[in-house]
Amino acid sequence: MTPHKNTFKSGPDNEGRFGKFGGRFVAETLMPLILDLEEAYRASKKDPAFKAEFDGLLAEFVGRPSPLYYAERLTEYLGGAKIYFKREELNHTGAHKINNCIGQILLARRMGKSRIIAETGAGQHGVATATVCARFGMKCVIYMGEKDIERQKPNVFRMKLLGAEIIPVTCGSQSLKDAMNEAMRDWVANVADTFYIIGTAAGPHPYPELVRDFQSVIGIESREQILAKEGRLPDSLVACVGGGSNAIGLFHPFLDDDIDMYGVEAAGYGLDTDKHAASLAGGKPGVLHGNRTYLLMDDDGQIEEAHSISAGLDYPGIGPEHSWLHEVKRVKYVPVTDQEALEAFQICTQYEGIIPALESAHAIAYVLKFAPTLPKDHLMVMNLSGRGDKDIFTVADALGAKI
Amino acid sequence: MAVSRIDQKFAQLKKQGRCALVTFTTAGDPDYDTALNILKDLPSAGADIIELGMPFSDPMADGPAIQAGSIRALKGGMTSRKLLQMVAEFRKTDRETPIILMGYYNPIYIYGVDKFLEDALKAGVDGLIIVDLPPEEDSELAIPAKAAQMGCIHLATPTTDPARLTNILKNASGFLYYVSIAGITGTQEPDLESVRAAIEMIRKQTDLPIAVGFGIKTPENARSFADFSDAVVVGSAIVNIIADNIDQEGLANPALEARVLDFVKMLKAGVRKAKISEGEE
Repeated sequence: MTPHKNTFKSGPDNEGRFGKFGGRFVAETLMPLILDLEEAYRASKKDPAFKAEFDGLLAEFVGRPSPLYYAERLTEYLGGAKIYFKREELNHTGAHKINNCIGQILLARRMGKSRIIAETGAGQHGVATATVCARFGMKCVIYMGEKDIERQKPNVFRMKLLGAEIIPVTCGSQSLKDAMNEAMRDWVANVADTFYIIGTAAGPHPYPELVRDFQSVIGIESREQILAKEGRLPDSLVACVGGGSNAIGLFHPFLDDDIDMYGVEAAGYGLDTDKHAASLAGGKPGVLHGNRTYLLMDDDGQIEEAHSISAGLDYPGIGPEHSWLHEVKRVKYVPVTDQEALEAFQICTQYEGIIPALESAHAIAYVLKFAPTLPKDHLMVMNLSGRGDKDIFTVADALGAKI
Repeated sequence: MAVSRIDQKFAQLKKQGRCALVTFTTAGDPDYDTALNILKDLPSAGADIIELGMPFSDPMADGPAIQAGSIRALKGGMTSRKLLQMVAEFRKTDRETPIILMGYYNPIYIYGVDKFLEDALKAGVDGLIIVDLPPEEDSELAIPAKAAQMGCIHLATPTTDPARLTNILKNASGFLYYVSIAGITGTQEPDLESVRAAIEMIRKQTDLPIAVGFGIKTPENARSFADFSDAVVVGSAIVNIIADNIDQEGLANPALEARVLDFVKMLKAGVRKAKISEGEE
């Protein structure tokens, strides 16, 4: 079953599919829990008290709405489209990740769960999860690849301060994909009391849907804000895509409008090498972590390790709704290399006084390429999904600077 | 349709009042030749049914032992095609012992479901256990497998209630695999009495033979579960013996095969001591 023809917003269907993507590819042990979660989520959507609490926390704990900011100097520098940044990096904990964590912990509480687990790559989702666990007094266990623990020390310490237990993952590539495997193993063994807060719009149904819905506040606010400032909708949207939660959060409320959308994949050392994380450009549809989606893999269906300078994009898959939007050509997905992201990181810092996360720097890099080709009356909204403080060591290293 | 090897095996065991011993090893662990030699000798050591693991890069339902076995096999260059070739080799000398492939969906999906079913049947595979395909996804593989007359073994777990069980049984064939713990392979100790109760519940809904696995490690364990089930599955404990008998480069030491087979013989002795299975009634 494909979503209704006249809208791009009707997915997923009852089987959790966006076209052929998505689904519920999990062990039987988890199935009853996933069905419970779906039921709890449906009930929460009908419950005005849930929405009121979610909105209240977003306003007063996260600090929403985040501004829609006219990037004046960057616009002048590029001499093309008028560029707006959606300032998700100003949220509490410094990224869009917290929006989803607030929603999921409210669901966890509603379901009577007392223990939270999560996976993290760069540590942003881990910090956001540890933060909401502290706020709600829940036990928090974070799975993180040993390699990522090494390259993201400040976030590891933040999570510990927030009371989380960090479990290093030593199997496989010791990064995000393996942290997710290990979190799922924990979940299977602790179904009775544990809620898994997945950090991106991927995983078994209903995760891609509920993460998207919690993140859609980004697009909903952007729509109101651009209407207030410009009196019309934007012409294009740009966001980086790893799993794709910040992108789907921005895109989804605009899917049925006449607006071009660009999802920026991490091309690492380049698409012509085997060191990238662009699952749409360089992968094919397969099944992993509970959903069918585009994945990086070899000819035999073994999942390959991704590479990106940005730990948050360093994952060999992508959310299933993006795979679908790619196949129906509603969103255009474009690659940006490590090198281009590093340059964009510096340009944004120097022209706008904003140090972006390396993830978001991928979106900026595409803006740098694309905006100059557009007329001055073209309105572009880019999601500045996270702040870059966490990345200064990686950037210093890449630039050969010593801190 | 000819009676399948799985059905034949269970019918034969039932006549003898015996519980089946099911062994799990990963195809290609630690290397193709050693794995094939072990495979060929498993029936004479006491394996009634052979589960052969299809190595996968991301074995989410497996504990450390089987994860490591999977990685060893992949490092040794194991692929789906080589795995089917291994089964075909085995079938040259053994036409009776059922072989069940156990693994994850992606390698089959990438091979192509119809092509995989065709090639696997040709090689002599009797059934599939795919851990990440719950009954909600039966249309992916279980239904095509059924049409192709490939056994499709479904899993029931401690979290499965009677309503779900009905769904699970809809497209199940061969036997039902009861996962004795809510957890991953080879980790927790299953609780004998709760497993017994679960199996009693399941027997009310199906005549399929019931296998128990995921936490059975010793001949004594195997015996206690054999008292009330039709088959007991031992995996991680066997895979650990392989891990203990390879050097740092992953090469098998000369005693590896004998040690694996000796352990299987001990398991078999344990299973033989069990009371006649309740499946007899």
